[in-house]
Amino acid sequence: MTQYADISLQADSLSCIRDTNILFENLNFSVSAGEILVIEGRNGCGKTSLLRILSGIRQQDDGRVSWGGEDIQKLGASYREDMAYLGHLDGIKHELSSLENLELVSIYGKVSEDSIDDALETIGLSEKAELKAANLSAGQKRRLALARLLLTDCRLWLLDEPLTALDKAGIALFEELVKKHVAEGGIVVLSSHHELKLEGANTKRMSWS
Amino acid sequence: MSKLSLSKAFTTLLQRDLLLVMRRRSEAINPVLFFIIVASLFPFGTGSDNELLQKIAPGIVWVGALLATMLSLDAIFRSDFEDGSLEQLMLSPHPASVLVLAKVIAHWLVTGLPLLIAAPFMALLYGLPSEAMPTLMISLLIGTPILSLVGSVGVALTVALRHGGVILSLLVLPLYVPVLIFGSGAVELAVDGFSPAANIYMLSAILALSLVLTPWPAAAALRLSLS
Repeated sequence: MTQYADISLQADSLSCIRDTNILFENLNFSVSAGEILVIEGRNGCGKTSLLRILSGIRQQDDGRVSWGGEDIQKLGASYREDMAYLGHLDGIKHELSSLENLELVSIYGKVSEDSIDDALETIGLSEKAELKAANLSAGQKRRLALARLLLTDCRLWLLDEPLTALDKAGIALFEELVKKHVAEGGIVVLSSHHELKLEGANTKRMSWS
Repeated sequence: MSKLSLSKAFTTLLQRDLLLVMRRRSEAINPVLFFIIVASLFPFGTGSDNELLQKIAPGIVWVGALLATMLSLDAIFRSDFEDGSLEQLMLSPHPASVLVLAKVIAHWLVTGLPLLIAAPFMALLYGLPSEAMPTLMISLLIGTPILSLVGSVGVALTVALRHGGVILSLLVLPLYVPVLIFGSGAVELAVDGFSPAANIYMLSAILALSLVLTPWPAAAALRLSLS
């Protein structure tokens, strides 16, 4: 597996305003290689907005996000090459089978060395590989979206409520994947309502109300 | 080694969109069906005056093709927007404009091309002289991709709106009018025995311009729609 050099994702006095509502302001944090940042907070406090800002989809109202010391808006494509984002929507095509969905990863970024079969095996969908995604349950679709993370060779994972619809086994699997990713020098920023068991991993928590 | 290949991404996306259309055929047939219905209803309304039908044929075929394309525009980005694929596309390190172009080409292949195949049959119903047939085909061959390209900017701007249909027509129709004028004008010239070259050149110029100029604003508009 690829071992990564030291790098960090940093937020400097970030703020986000929705209409007249200040979701957060003057937010500072930094996540380095091998670290997990768990964002906690009640519904509507701006977790999704923060993750979308970190991904670059949304523009912050003030402050800056930097990757390896450079502003992500300036980095553009080279930042997106290193970053994988999983939002509320799985980004799964219902008309295509699990296998066909995963074959699309080359559109979304750098393809890792892992084979699609291995990824399907890891997330426990190899028996459903030929089944149309429309026939999968919500949890299975989420697993498929996680498989996409394994197939794109991205160092930074931004995950918005990744545990939605996952069963206990799915959550355990997810925890393993995250631990493995950071052990290899990856960075994970995630928001979650669930208590994650990430012992052994270098975990930071950020909760705001 | 992990790799990043733009040509692979382009062809994969194009194939994906074509495969998706194959999987939901009814949606794909709609535009061409609409076109055939519109073109075959007109003679009932106008009466079967051969001369009149022959005279209005270029206009009917062109307006039908234009409206059929417009009806199908929303499909370019709608399903990708709703299932989150669009988000993933825009976060891909590949240039968004190139990915947009792949999607527009796929759209033309499933709507423009069938219209092109149906058009001569419709024109025959109206008794369009056979000398004008090549001009009709060429004008549509050059004109329909313009409709898809220009339309993609409109859809990209309105995809986040729940009822963006009316706004889409308001945005896109004025830009379609020149294409309609040059397209049907070319066919009319050919019917009257004149050379349609000037109109065809004009259409070609518009196609070249929109091929180069529309993917960027479309990509920018998609970013805006997602944020």
